[in-house]
Amino acid sequence: MDQKPFSQGLLSSEADSQRTLYPYVTGTSVVALKYKDGILMAADMGGSYGSTLRYKSVERMKSIGKHSLLGASGELSDFQEILSYLDELILYDNMWDDGNSLGPKEVHSYLTRVMYNRRNKFNPLWSSLVLGGVKNGEKYLGMVSMIGVHFEDNHVATGFGNHLARPILREEWHENLSFEDGVKLLEKCMRVLLYRDRSAVNKLQIAKITEEGVTVSQPYSLKTFWGFSAFSNPTVGAEGSW
Amino acid sequence: MTKQQANWSPYDNNGGSCVAIAGADYCVIAADTRMSTGYNILTREYSKITKLADKCMMASSGFQADVKALQKLLAARHLIYQHQHNKQMSCPAMAQLLSNTLYYKRFFPYYSFNVLGGLDSEGKGCVYTYDAVGSYERVGYSSQGSGSTLIMPFLDNQLKSPSPLLLPAQDAVTPLSESEAVDLVKTVFASATERDIYTGDKLEIVVVNAEGIRSEYMDLRKD
Repeated sequence: MDQKPFSQGLLSSEADSQRTLYPYVTGTSVVALKYKDGILMAADMGGSYGSTLRYKSVERMKSIGKHSLLGASGELSDFQEILSYLDELILYDNMWDDGNSLGPKEVHSYLTRVMYNRRNKFNPLWSSLVLGGVKNGEKYLGMVSMIGVHFEDNHVATGFGNHLARPILREEWHENLSFEDGVKLLEKCMRVLLYRDRSAVNKLQIAKITEEGVTVSQPYSLKTFWGFSAFSNPTVGAEGSW
Repeated sequence: MTKQQANWSPYDNNGGSCVAIAGADYCVIAADTRMSTGYNILTREYSKITKLADKCMMASSGFQADVKALQKLLAARHLIYQHQHNKQMSCPAMAQLLSNTLYYKRFFPYYSFNVLGGLDSEGKGCVYTYDAVGSYERVGYSSQGSGSTLIMPFLDNQLKSPSPLLLPAQDAVTPLSESEAVDLVKTVFASATERDIYTGDKLEIVVVNAEGIRSEYMDLRKD
């Protein structure tokens, strides 16, 4: 007996053709961690169209207001939509002109509500978001998934990063990492992702947010090593193979 | 051309177990702090317990986004209640509110499995246990969540609650002292952690009594 999937049978009409079914142009993992002075976040610059690497200079991390940095994976057009919502949010915040500004906690809360409400309407924004920032000396790092699941932690990652980067971070992260150590740790995670994630590209940016503000690095690539003897002579020892 | 099917689910199970035990003048509410999705751990330090009112705590496991939305809603309703009645909601009142709130979404449920614990209007410990759509009952002890199938039989064995069908009605609250109940909770979670992959990392215990609310933590296995 076939079970009808959740979305069918609730509203089978033209309205359905407007709902997100699957993502088209996607970004892969975002990895972030807290360090001594704030947050470090890394993401590559690839925009995949299925298995095609369609866009190679996509900035998947953007600063939000004065205190926050947003990184996104998943559907890139939904990321742009979210940036547009946040633009409006920050605009209204600035218009109060009251000396107060939305911090990372508030932006994270706003994003959680937006994602959850879209999930409730069965029309999700197909993104996993990483929100980091510093306000009044307090560091904040959180994540929101496309169905509204959210949490804060000392290090977070989306997509494949959860499988490959989080274990490395659990082993090697500690409080008060220096900037250099933080970058080294992030690069270690990104290198593993580059080797093992099919949709990763070797062109990445690392962003830093501290009390002073946001800096997004210029794009650069990681050094990789492919000279393993097992690769150059893979069938050595396999009798009969070539 | 067949109609396109959605390939995403609006629900996820973020795991975890919750327990509450009512005593003569106290209530112990406990939950682990692991948040998972599939075979991944998202974070090891996530609290599933929230304070709804002065003497009323709720522990919930299930789909975290729904749990958080539910907690927010109840907190907002409590605030309105305080403005209208100039007093805190009692635990039995909050229990009814939670039930109604859950049933309101009967046809797109909050995937949230709750135990409410606190002191009733007479200062006696009370525990209310729920399913996802709001059916509830007052009991002496309960567990919900991924480890509940492991925990509940053990609690039944140790707390031997008299049948609610007996006449005259017998008290469901345990005669155990507060420290004995806390020890029982620690034992129960250590055991559940062994066999339930979604339970572990850390245990958060909250005790509500006449003096107020206090929290305690205990490490659990991280594998």
